[in-house]
Amino acid sequence: MRKVKFTQTNFHEKLSTIIEEFPRLDDIHPFYGDLLHVLYNKDHYKLALGQINTARNLISKVAKDYVKLLKYGDSLYRCKALKVAALGRMCTVTKRIGPSLAYLDQIRQHMARLPSIDPNTRTILICGYPNVGKSSFINKITRADVDVQPYAFTTKSLFVGHTDYKYLRYQVIDTPGILDRPFEDRNIIEMCSITALAHLRAAVLFFLDISGSCGYTIAQQSALFHSIKSLFMNKPLIIVCNKTDLQSLEGISEDDKKLVEEMKSEAMKTLIGQGGEPRDGAEVLLTMSTLTEQGVIAVKNAACERLLDQRVEIKMKSKKINDCLNRFHVAVPKPRDQKERPPCIPQAVLEAKVKEAEKEKKRLEKDLEEENGGAGVYSASLKKHYLLANDEWKEDNMPEILDGHNVYDFVDPDILQRLEELEKEEGLLQEQEDDEVEMDVEDLTPQQQKELAEIRKKKSLLIREHRIKKSTAESRPVVPRKFDKDKRFTSERMGRLLSSLGLDPSKAIERVRSKSRGRKRDRSTDHDMDVDNDGSNKKMRARSLSTSGSRSRSRPPTNELVPGEGFKDSAQKIKAFKLGKKSVEKRNKDARKGVDDDDHDLRRGWPVMIEVWMNVGGIQKMRAYDFESYFLFGRLHVCFILVSFYTFLNL
Amino acid sequence: MRLEKCWFCSSTIYPGHGIQFVRNDAKIFRFCRSKCHKNFKMKRNPRKVKWTKAYRRLHGKDMTQDATFEFERKRNRPERYDRNLTENTLKAIKTIDKVRFRREETHHKNRMKGKIAKERKEARKELDQQIHMLVAPGAKDKHLSPAKVTVKVQHESTDENRMEE
Repeated sequence: MRKVKFTQTNFHEKLSTIIEEFPRLDDIHPFYGDLLHVLYNKDHYKLALGQINTARNLISKVAKDYVKLLKYGDSLYRCKALKVAALGRMCTVTKRIGPSLAYLDQIRQHMARLPSIDPNTRTILICGYPNVGKSSFINKITRADVDVQPYAFTTKSLFVGHTDYKYLRYQVIDTPGILDRPFEDRNIIEMCSITALAHLRAAVLFFLDISGSCGYTIAQQSALFHSIKSLFMNKPLIIVCNKTDLQSLEGISEDDKKLVEEMKSEAMKTLIGQGGEPRDGAEVLLTMSTLTEQGVIAVKNAACERLLDQRVEIKMKSKKINDCLNRFHVAVPKPRDQKERPPCIPQAVLEAKVKEAEKEKKRLEKDLEEENGGAGVYSASLKKHYLLANDEWKEDNMPEILDGHNVYDFVDPDILQRLEELEKEEGLLQEQEDDEVEMDVEDLTPQQQKELAEIRKKKSLLIREHRIKKSTAESRPVVPRKFDKDKRFTSERMGRLLSSLGLDPSKAIERVRSKSRGRKRDRSTDHDMDVDNDGSNKKMRARSLSTSGSRSRSRPPTNELVPGEGFKDSAQKIKAFKLGKKSVEKRNKDARKGVDDDDHDLRRGWPVMIEVWMNVGGIQKMRAYDFESYFLFGRLHVCFILVSFYTFLNL
Repeated sequence: MRLEKCWFCSSTIYPGHGIQFVRNDAKIFRFCRSKCHKNFKMKRNPRKVKWTKAYRRLHGKDMTQDATFEFERKRNRPERYDRNLTENTLKAIKTIDKVRFRREETHHKNRMKGKIAKERKEARKELDQQIHMLVAPGAKDKHLSPAKVTVKVQHESTDENRMEE
């Protein structure tokens, strides 16, 4: 039941919208009504709409009946059947009105494309035979882009353009061409233009093709004019002779001229009927050529002017004028007495005005700049208008800085006076100055100075040593005295120091020696004898004497000659030692413990091969590196590779 | 164009040198070189940094109050230009400079007065007291710094002679 109702309401809605949306021909402006009639045939239109209306009602009735039946349906099957029947009937109804719906749809589409013409505003209507140049005229004066072609009936419907004149908007309507036929025989296209002519209150421009290139003679055109002149009632009419570039108005034949005169007189009638003064007819008959654009604007202006006048007149006559009368008329108070009251201008203003008039143009800085080379070349002298005591000083460049001082800081009107005072003061000070400085303390003699210098040197030395000792005492271990290389703490040195101080050192040395521990060796003078024979060997002597007491070495010194060894003298012993060292040197450098007969290294056990290394211009021996270590490296390398390979496999 | 003074060391900043620092309270600090700028950034007090003029003035090393300083004052109201006045000013600047220099010299001299006497007294005292560095108190001959004599070495020389070598 609900479904039926729902369907019914839907149909109802849709159809209602259709009916409402379509305009009722009686309610709209007669121009549009007639236009629609012309285009779509009023009767057909009304019929279609009526059909839809009836369909709507039918559907409602159907729905109502079936709903009633459904209320008393006993079984589900029955209800379903009823529902189906109801829907079916509604569908058939709709199917019946299908063609009219299609027709209405077409109308709708066409109506949407009709030009929007406001029947109440200022309008200019263009009419005439086909191909006279109406569309080209509208193209010229408005922005409309109407097809212009050589064949007749290019324009098949009304076209609207807009143009301006005296700050007002005018509609310009282009109509299809009209042929001279009896009214009944006209086709839809012509009827369009006839309708427009009939209903719109507009200025009419009747186009006349003087040259006859449209295919119709002037006679035919004037015949048309006369047949439709009834439509020109109460409308400002202008006859426009087009295509004057092909044929001028003066050049046509006598008969044609007569015909044109006739038309003009007719047009004049309308002019007179309008209430304007009869003129010579220059406003009624105009010539132009849309090709050369000669006279086009004149035509437009004339048409607009005529229309405007007419409309103003009508407005003046209507009742509404009283409301806007105040806009046209300015009230002026009536003079109550004869006293003259001229406009009052203050004196200063008058004087200024006079001055303004007689003053010539001032020479500006800008002009000066332009004279002297323009903006980039000339730089204006800003000091020109300085007010100084002496005008010669105007262009002076005053220095701002002098000797590290700002000059502006010193500038003072009474600087001279102050300077004088300063000078005086300075003079006084200079007199008071003490020339010599009394020296009550005498200078030291050169000898004393030398001694002082020495004292100071020694003191500084002590201080330095103390500082070094101080810094190293805790942080670094100090070499004990008996092992120091410089041998600063020998008893010999001590003796020297003491003797330089002026004391006798012998006793001190003896004491030192006696206190020290004795050596294994006898302190005999034989050594001195042997030693002396070799010549000056200061070192050995010093050692034998000074170190005889102390046990600084656990073994005997190498250079000393021992009787059991088999050396001739100490020199030979030294040489022997040197040879021994030489033999070991090479081996030590190669970092080997020892080599046996076959050049096998005693440590490793396998032959020591010397590798032929990278050639840098010759065969180089591998010096610092151990061949064994390289082997090891190689092994490590291989192991690494194998390990990685196995892990890769496992993955 | 103006020559400014460095805030830290008080030397003149010539155009194209130094850095200006504007603090949030709109106080402007000008520095003549990055040394002063970096010292400032370390928040050092110029009155404690020995080489600055502020320190020297504070500790009396340089002249503080003098009539010559009164001539140079920052004037905010400009004077109308007068050629003669400017000439005089320029000459005056030179003489003022000379005067100031002379006065600084005298100041320095006064400061250094008595230095020589003091030094000599100290030297004499040191000589008297520290003579033991050169000559031992118990020395026999007591003559100062015996001259070094080179002696030819002989076999029969005694121990003492050898010592003296």
